[in-house]
Amino acid sequence: MGIVAVDKEAIRKMKPPVVHRGAIGWLKDNLFNGVFNSILTLVFLAFLLRFVPPFIKWAFIDSVWFTTGDVCKECPGACWSVVLKNLRFVIFGFYPHDLHWRPFGAMLLLFTLLFFSYHKRFWSKKLGYAWIIGLVAMGILMKGGIFWLTPVDSMKWGGLPLTMILSVFGLAAAYPLGVILALGRDSHMPMIRYLSIGYIEMIRGVPLISLLFMSSIIFPLFLPEGVTINKILRAQVAIILFTAAYVAEVVRGGLQGMSRGQYEAADALGLNYYQTMRLVILPQALKIVIPPTLSVLISAFKDTSLVVIIALYDFLLTSKTVIQNPEWNGFSTEMYLFVALMYFLGCFSMSNFSRKLEQELDTDKRS
Amino acid sequence: MKSLKMAVACISILAMSAMAMAGTLDDVKAKGYVDVGINGSLFGFGMPDEKGEMKGLDVDTAKAIAAAVFGDASKVKFTALTAVQRLPALQSKEIDVLCRNTTQTLSRETQSGLNFVQPNYYDGQGFLVPKALGVKSAKELDGATVCVLPGTTTEMNAADFFRANNMKWSPVVIENTAELNKAFFAGRCDALTSDLSQLAGNRSVAPNPADYMLLPEVISKEPLAPVVRHGDDQWFDIVNWTMFALIEAEELGITSENVDEMLDSENPSIKRFLGVTPGMGEMLGLDNKWAYNIVKQVGNYGEIFERNVGPDTPLAIPRGLNALWTDGGLMYASPIR
Repeated sequence: MGIVAVDKEAIRKMKPPVVHRGAIGWLKDNLFNGVFNSILTLVFLAFLLRFVPPFIKWAFIDSVWFTTGDVCKECPGACWSVVLKNLRFVIFGFYPHDLHWRPFGAMLLLFTLLFFSYHKRFWSKKLGYAWIIGLVAMGILMKGGIFWLTPVDSMKWGGLPLTMILSVFGLAAAYPLGVILALGRDSHMPMIRYLSIGYIEMIRGVPLISLLFMSSIIFPLFLPEGVTINKILRAQVAIILFTAAYVAEVVRGGLQGMSRGQYEAADALGLNYYQTMRLVILPQALKIVIPPTLSVLISAFKDTSLVVIIALYDFLLTSKTVIQNPEWNGFSTEMYLFVALMYFLGCFSMSNFSRKLEQELDTDKRS
Repeated sequence: MKSLKMAVACISILAMSAMAMAGTLDDVKAKGYVDVGINGSLFGFGMPDEKGEMKGLDVDTAKAIAAAVFGDASKVKFTALTAVQRLPALQSKEIDVLCRNTTQTLSRETQSGLNFVQPNYYDGQGFLVPKALGVKSAKELDGATVCVLPGTTTEMNAADFFRANNMKWSPVVIENTAELNKAFFAGRCDALTSDLSQLAGNRSVAPNPADYMLLPEVISKEPLAPVVRHGDDQWFDIVNWTMFALIEAEELGITSENVDEMLDSENPSIKRFLGVTPGMGEMLGLDNKWAYNIVKQVGNYGEIFERNVGPDTPLAIPRGLNALWTDGGLMYASPIR
């Protein structure tokens, strides 16, 4: 009899039963932890087995990448040639072929700026200046006409640069306009309030398509003799006006979420209306509505593709145009997959940005 | 939709009446280019190639107008327009001339205040069926499902045809050509109806084109012509006689290749045409070399046809109605004298 020495080291080294560790344990915990979940897992597995291998075979193994349309017609797999052979038209539209480096440069510049804006640690006054310089440089690159650059008419802009321009400028202009409208709707001055309400409700009461139609078909008929306004600009304005109304309602939700105490505290400090809004209310209100704002902006990004109906050659329409060509007529699936992928990349990075922004700005540390 | 159309029509008429009648030719010369509305996504008529250059029969017609006005076929600015946009764009002076496979109709000339010139393509609506269906005539299509593009007149023409012949049909409406083809070749419908110029292209992308045939009936007339606004006769003349010049050049046997040799021709018609005997261009308010420039830079009508929709293209459309009148077609140019 005596005290049995417990070999703590050995116990620590002992492993849990095999069904609770490693891959099997993980499977048991995550995929088969109940009858219902097991069935779901099996159904989903069957679904994957049924569809993924044929898709991979179609998209990668049997596919062709750099052939003509006629070769594609013989091929059982995907014809990615439809995308690659027409890539320059799909991306740059009618922009003069030998000047494609210019929209390419402009887009590179835009992506660089977006990349730096994506990370909060780069946020500074310098980035603001970089944006201003960058936008001017992009404008010069696209439009030309100064230095040694040949001018390119904006009617020839198309493809991805056009989609990016419509989206970036649309969102950038709609957001502040939306905030102003939201403040206007909450204003104590009846004139401003009713104007804001009238504007927001009117715009929200019509679909974007009808605004685009108005801007491209009916509006020019009212212009005085000899005045024409650029088609892209007209569509851009329609998109901005439309998105702003939706942003306004989201921001108003944020304003209503602020407690009365915040306003009173600001009053007690002797802040006037602008100071109250700028220093106290808006920083908090805008922060709590980041997720809904970003969903409005994401859907606005996708809505730019509606300019198809007024024959602006955005990214979607250049892609659709390619498959009208008899040589590529049967390969719409491949083309649309490519378009979907590009839009997905855009939307996915936007929603990632929203999540990151939320975490970084979360000064309450609620999570 | 109908009330919207009415509203657009009313507004356009108001806008039309408010417009001052400035000369389009002077405007065009001041701008330095011709603003032309085109289709933009119709292969063979107006569609960009992989370099983003517009190609097609309508596009070449527009280039001929620029060649006549400026002596330079490249001085054209193309605006792609949808079917809904095209007429208002012309009425609001956004464009100077519309070359967008547009059918001349009475209501378009009168209510919309437009003038159609000599057609650059005579089209008509027909049916494409699989040979396996065993149908020899459109009159045997009773009870058929028919694939059709939604839009301007195609669907209505088909409905009229079936009603007139006391037959039943079920339309399958699909929005774009590529999807329409897929559905038809997958056996979703018994027949495909569209303009003949389109059906040829549709058939060319079939897995096995020989399995499909065009039915002999042409159920509508579609004279497709360039369009200008009412009220500017000089500009109408220029566009109209540009079309005649294209046809006349083919009648006279002048092509873009032999046009320089033809300058030495003794034929008085050719001398007048090419401006060797001056006078014709001046009457239009243009350079006397106007027709020479058209043929030299763009070619004659036959060349344009072959290049864009002829047998060597994927569309492979026979000349048919679009042959010269001397070959049994409808292309007939009034004399340039």
